[in-house]
Amino acid sequence: MANKRVLETKNITKTFPGVLANDNVSMHLDEGEILAILGENGAGKTTLLNIIYGLYNQDEGEIYINGELTTIDNPQDAINKGIGMVHQHFMLVPVFTVTENMILGAEVNTAGVLNLKQARKKILDLSNAYGLQVNPDAIVEEIPVGIQQRVEILKALFRDARILILDEPTAVLTPQEIEELFQIMRELKSKGESIIFISHKLKEVMEIADRIMVMRRGAVVGETRPSETSQSDLANMMVGREVLLRVEKQPAQPGEDVLRIEDLVIQDPGELHSLKHVSLTVRAGEILGIAGVQGNGQCELVEGITGLISYNQGSISINGKQMPPEKPRELFENGMAHIPEDRQKHGLVLPYPLTDNLVLCSYYKYPFVKGLIRNEEAILENAEKLIESFDIRTPSPFNLASNLSGGNQQKVIVARELSRDVKILIANQPTRGLDVGSIEYIHRTLVEMRDKGLGILLVSAELDEIMSLSDRIAVMYEGEVVAILDAKEATREELGLLMAGSKVERLEETAL
Amino acid sequence: MNLITQLRLKKLLVPLILASLGLVAVIVSYSMNPQVTQAVLASTLRQSTPILLGAMCGILCEKSGIINIGIEGQMLLSAFMGFMVNVWTGNLLVAVLAGMATGALLGLLHAFMSVTLKLDQIIGGTVINILALGLTGFFYTAGLTTKGKLQPFSLGFLAEIPLIGPVLFRNPPITFAAIVLVFVLQFALFKTTWGLRTRAVGEHPRAADTLGVNVFTTRYINVIMGGAIAGLAGAFLTLEAVGSFERAMTNGRGFVALAVMIFGKWSPLGAWGASLLFGFANALQTQIQFAGVLQIPHQFIGMLPYVLTIIVLAGFVGRARPPAAGGVPYEKE
Repeated sequence: MANKRVLETKNITKTFPGVLANDNVSMHLDEGEILAILGENGAGKTTLLNIIYGLYNQDEGEIYINGELTTIDNPQDAINKGIGMVHQHFMLVPVFTVTENMILGAEVNTAGVLNLKQARKKILDLSNAYGLQVNPDAIVEEIPVGIQQRVEILKALFRDARILILDEPTAVLTPQEIEELFQIMRELKSKGESIIFISHKLKEVMEIADRIMVMRRGAVVGETRPSETSQSDLANMMVGREVLLRVEKQPAQPGEDVLRIEDLVIQDPGELHSLKHVSLTVRAGEILGIAGVQGNGQCELVEGITGLISYNQGSISINGKQMPPEKPRELFENGMAHIPEDRQKHGLVLPYPLTDNLVLCSYYKYPFVKGLIRNEEAILENAEKLIESFDIRTPSPFNLASNLSGGNQQKVIVARELSRDVKILIANQPTRGLDVGSIEYIHRTLVEMRDKGLGILLVSAELDEIMSLSDRIAVMYEGEVVAILDAKEATREELGLLMAGSKVERLEETAL
Repeated sequence: MNLITQLRLKKLLVPLILASLGLVAVIVSYSMNPQVTQAVLASTLRQSTPILLGAMCGILCEKSGIINIGIEGQMLLSAFMGFMVNVWTGNLLVAVLAGMATGALLGLLHAFMSVTLKLDQIIGGTVINILALGLTGFFYTAGLTTKGKLQPFSLGFLAEIPLIGPVLFRNPPITFAAIVLVFVLQFALFKTTWGLRTRAVGEHPRAADTLGVNVFTTRYINVIMGGAIAGLAGAFLTLEAVGSFERAMTNGRGFVALAVMIFGKWSPLGAWGASLLFGFANALQTQIQFAGVLQIPHQFIGMLPYVLTIIVLAGFVGRARPPAAGGVPYEKE
């Protein structure tokens, strides 16, 4: 054995009511190694880590740290044993300063009174030692997500963690921030830290990991090294069947303009990046992708188009007919469909059954209502039809939306939105947080709908998704469309630069 | 650094303006009529004390993420128990402690309902209010007498200063205790380990949990301590202010305390300012009614404290953000 084994689990099993979350999971981590654990949502990655971090207790199995059998009952135990975890949803108190967040639970104090000065010094020393620059006095909610993640990593180092667990750390980052994170991870590795990196993004795993462990349905299904495998092998291992990573599509056959946005201005008091004079056109039978780092006006654009917020200036028309602002029903009766960014908050009524969720846009119309009385039969029939044609996995049409997996929840929304007479689809982050299988399904559906003549406006923070699906790509930066490119000619580098705000002299050349 | 100093100054600006306006008013009025001025100020402090204590109970609970609308009930039952123990033992110290213990016990009940049983906290608070009203109404018998109530004492030469001396430095013990508690709590909440953990638990309990802070224990401790402070407010009513018990004698002070807590932006110092303002308006209202200078129905004059409070606080104090996790029971996964 070349390296010391800092962490090892043997036959970890954990069941939740009705679910076998971890099934005989054995893994190990060597000193100074980056181990990637790859798996779809619900594959049991997070469960395993939560057991290691003491948030859950395993039903069976053993954990060894530095070769010694240990029990970890709670996070305090894990911290004491040198394990630090950066959770997918940051565990930072938004209204606290960086320093306050850093010391919480490991306070530097004299007789119960905080010694913030000393804590501040310790943080600065640590941040210099690892090259992780932070301002100890900044309020956490006011700093960018990438820096918040640094605070999380520093928080673990502040507690002398030797084993770092990063749970889907790249999910919230921009491409540039991901690069920075990888730099940090390499730096930590060179200082002897051992890292467990959780992800379901194949490219990242191939780039950063020393060793890759793949999980499926709670069990370890394979272990490999980046040099010995490929992205498609990993995807097949993860899903358990052949997966198409590339989206297969024919060149678009664009028709007439279906959605025309002219000179749209949305000023949100207090918001830095509201919308500044955006004009866009989506034609029938094409996918217009909106690329951009999150928070550059995409949200305002989508909410303005879909009638959720009002705008100060400009006009929106569907098939040449001008639409009034802030009238969602009028919009979707004229053929607009919307897949919202947050499917649980804005896409579904979680405590409602599928039957009702599937008629949210049409419950007030015949045949779902007769006079004032709901027609339960027609509603059920509609649900059964859509469940079958969109392959929604549910034990019953009366199952609550909250009980479905993320992928199936998204299918419910897609089914509802596309089952109407639709001319233009606004899809905002349609695959966020979904596993490879569901992403494949959503992508295929979008391309199919495009080929049937639907105009699609696709907003996504995933550059790969934008590049593989779009026919044209509009880049947004600080509330403006800085460029519209032909997808066939656009390169990653160019888009990356545009997203970061450097205006390339290309705007004039591009065909609008 | 410059920016931070500027921000701090801006934050202090409104309270500073209010305080200096108040000071000018007091000096002018003192030069015109010393007796009335002193009476109004003394009454201001008296009126504000139970509300201030109630507000500090609210702050302790809400900073840890528990909404407590049962302060009214905690005050009422504590007032009753304090009074009864005074009747039985004749020992005022024991009576005050009994009042605080009663409040703490009701705090324990509220913590049990909201932390362990994860009941809706508004319902839990309502239960306590109804319970206190029912128990005191049922067990109260008219005509009980006690040997006395807590008497004011002077803090040495400080009490000799004109106006300020008699108003601030010659008071009964619970009034002094409330003022001391403002500073103790202000320091504890923002400068100590306990305070940091309390605030973290009220803002983001899961974050605190992942760092090894026990959310349940922290909430229990805070709600019980808050209850004891509400108990002190109850003891103030029967053992220091009135000397006897009446049915429903808290008269909505527990709810006013909640308003004061919000206007004070969940900080003890802020709550003190807000409760003084309310107390002042109340004292002024009494004076105006006594003097009989305004020929309007007394109900309108009685509205003065509420109207003044709304105008000043809505007009001058900006919006404050409550602790993010308030009212949400914490579930371990």
